Amino acid sequence: MPRSSAEAALPPRLLELIETLDGLDRGERVEALISFAERFREVPERVARRPFPEARRVPGCESQAFVWSEERAEGGLDFHFAVENPQGISARALAVILADTLSGERPEAIAAVPAEVVERIFGPELSTGKSLGLAGMLQSVQREARRGAVRSGG
Amino acid sequence: MPDPFAARGYARPEVLVSSEWLAEHLGDPEVRVVESNEDPLVYPSGHLPGAVEIDWLRDLNDPLRREMLDGERFARLMSGHGVSPATTVVLYGDQNNWWACYAFWILQLFGHARARVLDGGRLKWLREGRTVTREVPSYAPADYPVPRRDDSRIRAFRAQVFDQIAAGWPLVDVRSPEEYRGERLHMPGYPNEGALRGGHIPGARNVPWARAVDAETGEFLPAAALARLYLEEQGLKRGDEIIAYCRIGERSSHTWFVLTYLLGFPRVRNYDGSWTEWGNLVGAPIER
Repeated sequence: MPRSSAEAALPPRLLELIETLDGLDRGERVEALISFAERFREVPERVARRPFPEARRVPGCESQAFVWSEERAEGGLDFHFAVENPQGISARALAVILADTLSGERPEAIAAVPAEVVERIFGPELSTGKSLGLAGMLQSVQREARRGAVRSGG
Repeated sequence: MPDPFAARGYARPEVLVSSEWLAEHLGDPEVRVVESNEDPLVYPSGHLPGAVEIDWLRDLNDPLRREMLDGERFARLMSGHGVSPATTVVLYGDQNNWWACYAFWILQLFGHARARVLDGGRLKWLREGRTVTREVPSYAPADYPVPRRDDSRIRAFRAQVFDQIAAGWPLVDVRSPEEYRGERLHMPGYPNEGALRGGHIPGARNVPWARAVDAETGEFLPAAALARLYLEEQGLKRGDEIIAYCRIGERSSHTWFVLTYLLGFPRVRNYDGSWTEWGNLVGAPIER
């Protein structure tokens, strides 16, 4: 599938992942996403401990996701997540994907990722409620990236 | 085995099964266990042994029109899972059985009386450390005569909602308070999946669906607690004609289930057009 200009502007690791998922049939995509979810590691204790502050909660996410960022010594941010709903498989998968593909990226590139990316990752079968919550995770990461840019004077 | 629902005072406790009961009936050929979720990754990541999946979008909706599946598709769906009219279908799922209750409602549209809901859903089953598997079962097709879908008893259409308003009969909006107040319409970038106007149907009470569930255990609240919520707090009466709605009729099927089977309200209908129809309807009255 040819890349649109919006897709070409995506952070390269995110674009590569989306193109890989595009090449999979539904069952393969599901298995790939479950594999991501199984790699989920909760926010390290050096960053946050329970009870997690409400300010870190992703709005509208039924899976009760929380997002943090941590500055890297070499510049850029690492993103960390907690997902309190034990059934939040998609939320865990997206947390791993966002951490893998957006950590260390430029804040402007992160801020430019369109919400439609959620559907590109998960396919068209998500309910709107589910899409809302997952897009909320992306938006929370984008908010963290913008704050990080302000802190660093970028 | 003692009946765990006897003490809860439900009007029709027979529509629920406990995890203990289900664990003993997993291999029962007269029982088919069906998982129905909001999150499409949940079933393939692990489900009850022998459980099949019914997906609200792929399986229960018309692929072209905004409509439920018809009788022929329903019969094929049931037959394909080895379900006959005599099979007891036990539904469960994520999100406090929200989608399981939606599937239950659709089974009732087609008159499949032998349907049950697993109290506590997936959450309780997993918290009890019970077995799950990623093995997807298959069953020999069963004979399921094509049923007629009866939309007259438990389904409401927009004309009936207008009648409801005119008559002053109760409507229950089971969405979040933010949706009820019209503060949230749709997700950014997905305007086609939302509504052009926010708010609620005039006169509707706001009772978010999940208030009927114990958030810790995932179990339905006892009848006395449900009565406090719906009768005392909201002023509903058992004889009322009631219409429940949400965004597309899925969350409100959970409330329909609670009012109809757990509290014994005889006349409750689910308006599945819900806010995505009402909030886009030209000239429809709205309150905020």
